[in-house]
Amino acid sequence: MSTPSLTITRSGPTAHVTMTLLAIAAVAIAVIPFVLGVAGSGRAVALLVYILLALMWNALAGFAGLVSIGQTLFFGFAAYTTIRLSDAGLDPFLAILASIGIGAALGWVTSLFMLSLKDGEFAIGMWVLSSLAHLCVNLDPLIQGETGISLIQMNAYALETRSALILWLALAVTIAVIAAMLLLLRSRTGAAITAIRDDELGARSIGVDVLRTKRIVFVLAAAGTAAAGALWLASASNFQPRAFFGVQWTAYMLFMVLVGGLGRIEGAIIGAVLFFAIETWFGAYGAWYLVGLGAIAVLFALLLPKGLWGWIGPRLPGEAIPTGYIIEKSDI
Amino acid sequence: MTSSSILQSGGISMSFGAYKVLDDISLNIAKGEIVGILGPNGAGKTTYMNLLTGALRPTGGQVFLMGEDVTRLDTAERCHRGLARTHQVPKPFLHMTVFENVLVAVHHGRAVQPANPVMEAWMVLKETGLAHAANRTAETLGLLDRKRLELSRALATDPKVLLLDEIGGGLTEAEGDALVALVKSIHARGVTIIWIEHIMRLLMETCTRLVCMAEGRVLADGTPEQVVEAPEVQTAYFGAAA
Ligand SMILES: Nc1ncnc2c1ncn2[C@@H]1O[C@H](COP(=O)(O)OP(=O)(O)OP(=O)(O)O)[C@@H](O)[C@H]1O
Ligand SMILES: [Mg+2]
Repeated sequence: MSTPSLTITRSGPTAHVTMTLLAIAAVAIAVIPFVLGVAGSGRAVALLVYILLALMWNALAGFAGLVSIGQTLFFGFAAYTTIRLSDAGLDPFLAILASIGIGAALGWVTSLFMLSLKDGEFAIGMWVLSSLAHLCVNLDPLIQGETGISLIQMNAYALETRSALILWLALAVTIAVIAAMLLLLRSRTGAAITAIRDDELGARSIGVDVLRTKRIVFVLAAAGTAAAGALWLASASNFQPRAFFGVQWTAYMLFMVLVGGLGRIEGAIIGAVLFFAIETWFGAYGAWYLVGLGAIAVLFALLLPKGLWGWIGPRLPGEAIPTGYIIEKSDI
Repeated sequence: MTSSSILQSGGISMSFGAYKVLDDISLNIAKGEIVGILGPNGAGKTTYMNLLTGALRPTGGQVFLMGEDVTRLDTAERCHRGLARTHQVPKPFLHMTVFENVLVAVHHGRAVQPANPVMEAWMVLKETGLAHAANRTAETLGLLDRKRLELSRALATDPKVLLLDEIGGGLTEAEGDALVALVKSIHARGVTIIWIEHIMRLLMETCTRLVCMAEGRVLADGTPEQVVEAPEVQTAYFGAAA
């Protein structure tokens, strides 16, 4: 008896084009220090931080169904630990990496009691934790309350060197996070995450360990959001608690993910790029800029509730970032 | 409890607030049975299934699976121990393909991972007749195929006990025959089956035992012939339906 065969594929031409475009974008960002200098590098870091925040908020809300309005807990706390560790004598770049690890650990501890809460309680609970962390950080004399403190240890590096290094680190972290998301979503656990996104009760019925699966996503989101916070600090070089724990970040995360398309990696990236473009062109208009953001969000909610990717995705010949399986042929 | 008991409810009750939906249901399902459950709308059949699988916590009583008290275990753990179900209102993973829907169940529903999960998922789709739709996203399926997908996912967890909740509605004569044959062949592999259904002929052709429920109680329990002829059943079920 010959062995019956089944051919499956997990990628296609659209995915190859996407990967090529992403690779070109990565290279373009990597050469920015040589082309656009310090100012250009700073803006590129901002773009990467937005992409990280959008990816992570989307992973939480779009996949695990965990709507958090307090991810600033990880964003702000990572900035703080970067300051603290640098002050204790650690190289600031190592302090950034250590803060990502601390963020993951904080995420794991937080998950132990937060994930058993119901939707609304979870959302607000996260905000309470973020506010609490904000208060505690302000108690540290090193921070000098809302006056804040600079990451002066960065001055050991020349301006050009450090702005390039920060950008490359941000790029490496973003690539690592996208790769981690992709590997995760294509794995056994990833299929469970997608199943939970579509129907949590249905997932439970076929044996998916919902709590464990949500914990994995929550810890990943904590680490990625912490990375964004530490990188934002490195780039801004000033730590004022209010600027890191502020609610505006939550609004930005929501904006990027909802406008880009909830539940899709592509949507989060596109939402972040759009937000970055709007900020670059209209950020100087102050209050009107915020009103404009709100108006755009409302327009999207009314006209394109599935976001930009909800419109683009179905018009492509295949998945741009493929996570599934396609049966090619079978002789069974 | 007899030694051959595979699933048992001991005096199980369920109330939603002040409204008592199930009152002290004790049933003992032996290994190898195909038990049909019938009863008028609102009798509490689906609620009973929810208590057996752990989708709901009972307000009283216990559930035993293979002799062990599983009342406190959640649905996923009961699934790993071999208890699978279909949902009366299908719960497909809408944005995943039919094949992926089944593959998640192979990956997560079993106590022991098979050597070739992809092949296992495919074989299930072959058996349930959904293989032709393997690459379609579940959202494109009609109700009948969504019910087939429910059954496919449940089978993919390699259950010892399979609970079916109204998978036979809306079928043609021939499709009904095919479903009876499918359930019998699943049973022939050694799977114990509990099947909630309104279509009498499907139960009569398939089951070794019938249970009639009404208003949260067991009215009759016995061979299909005994149950159908019981006077309580005639009035409560067929009387109400006529
Ligand atoms: N979550 C709930 N909250 C309140 N009442 C409920 C809930 N679930 C079910 N009920 C009620 O419990 C009763 C039994 O419902 P159930 O779905 O178990 O009936 P059923 O026998 O499966 O009926 P059908 O044949 O129509 O599927 C109904 O009166 C229903 O309205
Ligand atoms: Mg029902």
